Amino acid sequence: MSTSNENGPVIEFRKVAYRFAGGQELLNGLDLQVRRGETLVLLGRSGSGKTTTLKLINDLVAPSEGEVLVEGRATTQWDPIRLRRGIGYVIQDAGLFPHFTVERNVALVPTIEEWPSDRIRKRVSELLQLVGLDAGLAKRYPRELSGGQRQRVGVARGLAADPPILLMDEPFGALDPITRAELQREFLALQQRLQKTVVFVTHDLREALLLGTRIALMEAGRLVVALPSREFTKSSDPLVQKYLDAFGARSNGDRT
Amino acid sequence: MNVFQFIVQNHGEVLKLTREHLWMVAASMLLAVLIGIPLGILITRKPGLNKPVLGVANIIQTIPSLALFGFLLPVPWIGARSDRLAILALTLYALLPLIRNTYAGISGVDRSVVEAGRGMGMTDRQLLFQVELPLALGVIIAGVRVATVISVGLATIAAAIGAGGLGEYIFRGISMVDNEVILAGAIPAAVLALLADFTLGWLEKRLSPI
Repeated sequence: MSTSNENGPVIEFRKVAYRFAGGQELLNGLDLQVRRGETLVLLGRSGSGKTTTLKLINDLVAPSEGEVLVEGRATTQWDPIRLRRGIGYVIQDAGLFPHFTVERNVALVPTIEEWPSDRIRKRVSELLQLVGLDAGLAKRYPRELSGGQRQRVGVARGLAADPPILLMDEPFGALDPITRAELQREFLALQQRLQKTVVFVTHDLREALLLGTRIALMEAGRLVVALPSREFTKSSDPLVQKYLDAFGARSNGDRT
Repeated sequence: MNVFQFIVQNHGEVLKLTREHLWMVAASMLLAVLIGIPLGILITRKPGLNKPVLGVANIIQTIPSLALFGFLLPVPWIGARSDRLAILALTLYALLPLIRNTYAGISGVDRSVVEAGRGMGMTDRQLLFQVELPLALGVIIAGVRVATVISVGLATIAAAIGAGGLGEYIFRGISMVDNEVILAGAIPAAVLALLADFTLGWLEKRLSPI
């Protein structure tokens, strides 16, 4: 993927609306920029439009109004296949192919990109190591792995072709708290090394505060605020306050 | 004379009729697979065709078999030879389970898996051949299995239009009011159906990916 405009936003939403064919509105008036190397967390409850926002970036859904720019070019102008192969995609429960081994799952994008097989093999073992998976798991099938291991495979698959952008849709949502904390820590360490542009969807405020450099709070298809993580807890926005309350994280002292 | 003695004494004819029977079933299943599976795939891609295609296959299924053989008689080339006619009729009957199972198998593939593939930049063709078809294969083979078993039974009726097969004995036995002769056709036909069911069941298990 070209990186012509080094300083411009990597992803930009311009007055984006999205409606189902029946007219039901999922997103409206979305203006948002994602900068190079940041981890932008889309925070919100179910149905707030955060997953739809994510899918607009890799053109799994097309905007009904407005446009989404990736590397300065509207998603509708991209060849969708090229666009998607330049964007890593990690989803809840990993979405691994059940009939592929770990190895083949991780190698998916390099394989359809027709890399030579020795380069693929090298890349797979590199990636398994990167996400902390034993090389002995390479020949296993997803059903033979634990939830945490599957999610690691999902992350490795998303990173396989070294895409500059990574989309993560509640990747740790289905994990037990201990495994989740472990993967969150590793994600932070990984992100420090790789410096990808990450858009991360979650409904968990703690996760958002931990992983995000910036947090965009969404509600009913609209963007409420987008703030750097450390300013987020200080926001006086009533919806932010409600969220902080729900997680017992209110910091301005009006609760005993 | 009991039925087994009859079969042993007439083993030459039993084998010939069994061969004819197998030929009709195999040829019609091959045609039905070549038509039904692509049609099943097509209606997962063009949802508008779903209702008309399944509707027509459904209607064919409701035509009484003897009547369908009759309807096809005046068709040129097809009607000229009774085995062609029988094969066409059996093909038509096998379409519904094949189309329906192909459609159901592909639609039943976990949506998050398909979307993950799409999101990572797989083309529609890659998704179909590397993800959807392999994951639907068990259900598709189950359709082939049902269609084959039905077809082995239905092929006995082909004897009514002179296409041969094990139905010969059944019709001959009925007109002679001789149960042994009926059974000499019915038992080998049942054995064929069971064998087909068993083999395809085994295949279905082997090819189910999960």
